[in-house]
Amino acid sequence: MKRILSMAFASAGALSLQGCAGLQSALDPKGPAASELAWLIWFFTGLCAVVWVLVMIALAAPLTMRSRAQAEPLAIDPGADGRKLRVVMTAVGVTAVILVGLTLLSFFANRTLAAIGSDAALTIRVTGHQWWWEVRYENAMPSRILTTANEIHIPSGEPVRLLLTSTDVIHSFWIPSLSGKLDLIPGHTNVLDIKADKPGVYRGQCAEFCGVQHANMGTFIIAEPRAKFDTWWNDQLRPAADPTGDEAKAGEDLFQRRPCVMCHRIGGTPAGGTVAPDLTHIASRQTLAAGTLTMSRGNLAAWIADPQSIKPGSHMPVVELNGDELNAIVAYLEGLK
Amino acid sequence: MRLGLATLVCVTLALGACQREERDTRPQSSLGSGEQPTPVTTLEPGGQRPSPSDNKAASFEANAFHLSEGKRLFGWFNCSGCHANGGGGMGPALMDEKWIYGSSMESIHATIRDGRPNGMPSFREKIPDDQIWELAAFVRSLGGNAPSSAAPSRNDDMMTHPSENRMPDAATLGKSP
Amino acid sequence: MSSADLTSERDLPPERETSAKGDLAPEHDGPRDTGMDDASLHRWLARTWRTPPGIIGALSSVDHKVIARRYLITAFVFLCLGGLNAVAMRIQLSGPQRGLIGPDLYNQLFTMHGVTMMFLFAVPIVQATGIYLVPLMVGTRNIAFPRLNAFSYWVYLSGGAFAWISFLLNMAPDVGWFAYVPLSGPEFGPGKRADVWAQMITYTEVSSLAVAVATIVTVLKQRAPGMSLDKIPLYVWALLVTSFVVLFAMPAVMITSTFLILDRLVGTHIFNPAEGGDALLFQHLFWFFGHPEVYIIFLPATGMVSAIIPVFARRPVFGYLGLVLSLIAVGFLSFGLWVHHMFATGLPKLGASFFTASSMMIAIPNGVQIFCWLASLWDGRPVIRTPLLFVFGFFFIFVIGGLSGVMLASVPLDLQVHDTYFVVAHFHYVLIGGSVFPLLGATYFWFPKITGRMMSERLGRWHFWLAFIGFNAAFFPMHLVGLWGMPRRVYTYPAELGWGNINLLISAGAVLFFLSFVLFAFNLVHGVLRGVPAGDNPWDAGTLEWATSSPPPSYNFTRIPVVTNVEPLWAERGTLPVATGLRVDARELLISTVAEAHPDIREKSATPSIWPLLAAIAVGGTFLYSIFTPWAIVWGAAPIAITLIGWFWPKGDPEDEE
Repeated sequence: MKRILSMAFASAGALSLQGCAGLQSALDPKGPAASELAWLIWFFTGLCAVVWVLVMIALAAPLTMRSRAQAEPLAIDPGADGRKLRVVMTAVGVTAVILVGLTLLSFFANRTLAAIGSDAALTIRVTGHQWWWEVRYENAMPSRILTTANEIHIPSGEPVRLLLTSTDVIHSFWIPSLSGKLDLIPGHTNVLDIKADKPGVYRGQCAEFCGVQHANMGTFIIAEPRAKFDTWWNDQLRPAADPTGDEAKAGEDLFQRRPCVMCHRIGGTPAGGTVAPDLTHIASRQTLAAGTLTMSRGNLAAWIADPQSIKPGSHMPVVELNGDELNAIVAYLEGLK
Repeated sequence: MRLGLATLVCVTLALGACQREERDTRPQSSLGSGEQPTPVTTLEPGGQRPSPSDNKAASFEANAFHLSEGKRLFGWFNCSGCHANGGGGMGPALMDEKWIYGSSMESIHATIRDGRPNGMPSFREKIPDDQIWELAAFVRSLGGNAPSSAAPSRNDDMMTHPSENRMPDAATLGKSP
Repeated sequence: MSSADLTSERDLPPERETSAKGDLAPEHDGPRDTGMDDASLHRWLARTWRTPPGIIGALSSVDHKVIARRYLITAFVFLCLGGLNAVAMRIQLSGPQRGLIGPDLYNQLFTMHGVTMMFLFAVPIVQATGIYLVPLMVGTRNIAFPRLNAFSYWVYLSGGAFAWISFLLNMAPDVGWFAYVPLSGPEFGPGKRADVWAQMITYTEVSSLAVAVATIVTVLKQRAPGMSLDKIPLYVWALLVTSFVVLFAMPAVMITSTFLILDRLVGTHIFNPAEGGDALLFQHLFWFFGHPEVYIIFLPATGMVSAIIPVFARRPVFGYLGLVLSLIAVGFLSFGLWVHHMFATGLPKLGASFFTASSMMIAIPNGVQIFCWLASLWDGRPVIRTPLLFVFGFFFIFVIGGLSGVMLASVPLDLQVHDTYFVVAHFHYVLIGGSVFPLLGATYFWFPKITGRMMSERLGRWHFWLAFIGFNAAFFPMHLVGLWGMPRRVYTYPAELGWGNINLLISAGAVLFFLSFVLFAFNLVHGVLRGVPAGDNPWDAGTLEWATSSPPPSYNFTRIPVVTNVEPLWAERGTLPVATGLRVDARELLISTVAEAHPDIREKSATPSIWPLLAAIAVGGTFLYSIFTPWAIVWGAAPIAITLIGWFWPKGDPEDEE
């Protein structure tokens, strides 16, 4: 028994160094909600560990007893059973007190979490799609409304309100280092308030099974200072950059003539599809295909050439392009900063 | 006895299930490019010409995954803009028994790929060939021409017409001729 | 009917004497066991209760022991298949970005793993041990409604075969064992995969409802004289409570799956938000069944623990009343906490907090059980044999699972760990620790009763340590990887997140755990072929099943025992008092009163019949056909009606004429 324990703890210790530093760990909080929750996790874990050790001691105690269990099973000492009854009743009482305490604790933690976003100024609508995230920055002025995909920029140090919904199946939005998860359910709109204490990049991914590519439905929250965030928003509102160079120009032409245009939108061009991620500023994002690949010329080419080997079953079809056509489209997209 | 029953069940299911449940998401170029000439009529001087067939037609029209993909694309590519969920509007209705250019998979595929006079645009190059086959298979199911065990069911939308797997054969209205 | 002509070799309480009056109309009466010597009694009973020879005879069997053996073997086969699924998944997950199994197959694998383990292994096997043991423990000759019991097995077998043949045909459900809409709904679940899920659930629950009914009636009406409610063995209490939970929980999931197939096949809009339906309705219905389901699997296991501990601690279990009351409390409370599976759906916060409180509350009766068992062990050094080793493993593992369950009950904490590997770890600790370890202990414990031979103690210890180490190596690290952000049901994960090494450890543990079952299977076969003959009561246990021979004869007991204590064999070291007066030329049972178990009437028990099998085939065919068209229910009604008419056709017995 001891051997197992030490093994488990040793491996836990060795691996936790590597895990805690992760982009996506509940034990590495970067916002007030996640900090509260991490504290709660550690408190519950500690308390549960103490209870468990006590039970194990009680279990091991009879193994160390000298006297063997009696041969005549019905000859019970009533005095001993009376003492046991008192011990058991006490233990049950203590259990009940602990449970009431934990219930109250989680109730008040819930209230703390609810208070985080009460003064949120920025509202972002996140819509789940099979296997990507549509992100829309709401604003009273229609010209300021911004639609992008998979990457959510937020100002650091400010609470942000996310409206979560879905147009197909149920997804769940979860950025472990900022907040707990909340489902995106068709026909419902859920509200999740998040806040990042410091600038940084926080990864999350869909946490409710949503079909064949559930595993590759990642998202990033990029928290940056307010000024930088405002600049980013203004940049994103602009129509797509004009292609520079012959290859990129050919790419734009191909984009409009080939299947790309059927689903994707590029602001400022005739491409106006809304069923797939908006590509107006695709090259400014850090990842491709909902957090599956990092943004680079090679990955862009690989993704367009054969999306079905990277995300088998995703809705991006294999389009037959020759090498020149592929290069041209990649050159065009790469310029969409 | 049970063994016999199990075998029987196996065999019958296997025949239907293999084709119905396969989920191929890559182009099946081994099945041909779908570039065969597609006549709009079966009338031919000097007797009947054997009607051309494409291997893809058979593998797509009884496959539940392709049919449901076709249904998704029918919505995504805004086919309803002219055909209005199959009931017809600016474009002809798709859920009746009238087929201007033939009811075969090959004809519908050719219609989508090459377009037709008076409004149907050509989607050659705009839609990958396999997706055109998926759309063609779905369009046939609108008239109740797909096997009901493979045809899609209702969508999570407002109900515009009975789901495709409940659709009677448009030509016979569900009655045997 | 007449009351039984009871005489006893001992002084019986007067009320029992007064019930021993009356007589049956003589023309219907046959020879009774009163005053018959043992040898001729055995000849009579063996002829009356035997399973007919030949294949048709075997298929017609209504002997609860025969049916239970079939159930146990079938469930073990499904356990192995589900385990193989798990090993395949663990190999795929042993490193980041492995390409061994694609997402389409992976989703079918994890769905089949869940469906198999929950519906085809866990529930059937706990019910099957009940089918075998309950009639023996309450001292009766067969289970109530034996044909219904036989029917339930055939329905279960066809349901399981249906699911697995679908898997081989690439049409296994790929929507998770919970099959949430809209993913499993008409728009996003093309083909017949989700229909297979829905109908397979409906079938297997028909079978478990049938077993629950039979168990409840057996426990309430067929107990040996004198076994009043306070003398029922705890295992039987556990099965009784479980059966009631089955009765109220299973219809919820049958409704869910039927709604789903109506949406998919008929085009109803029950779960369609655009037409006024709601996707969350599915989750409420499903978890209203799904949470009690956990206790359906766990409660019988607590009964096994309560049966094993007294034997090796050499004393009656401490706190009998407390244990019974906790069983009943858990049974009730299990229906009040389903929402803790739905905390992340955005339900109103205050409402969710009530479910935190109710989820915490169920820890109290479970705590009472744990403390009572521990107190039972404190009388001295217990006899450490393999069954008790597994019970110790149960404590070690289940308490961790229970405590992580307390963590999950907290709304805010659950939002971080819900649908992550933390939850996977939690419920494997609860289900494997809480149910499979006691089941393995129970196998070592009751194997001699079922086969007449002992399993190897040496292999048993190896098996225990291998299973224990393998299990903890596989599932403990999952807590961590869940907290580091790894969601459930992913077929792969990126290398940058640093989950590779720990997943390799998990996979190694999983393979070790699987190997322990290979060893277990070997020990089973070895025990059947080469095991040391066991004798009637190898452990010197106290409950009634050990009073008869190992394996028990088809009629279970030569004479119906009379019970004076919870542990009758310890109270009556010499010979058990018995009740007599039952006919020996017909299958007769002694029916007793519900509370005091006074002998009440003699009742016929059904004879072997092929009709339950035919009815099951008709029902199975109907269900199978119904994944293709709703008209199957109409066409299927005819063969079902024909087989049921055959089943219930009057046999000209005196009872039929009354």
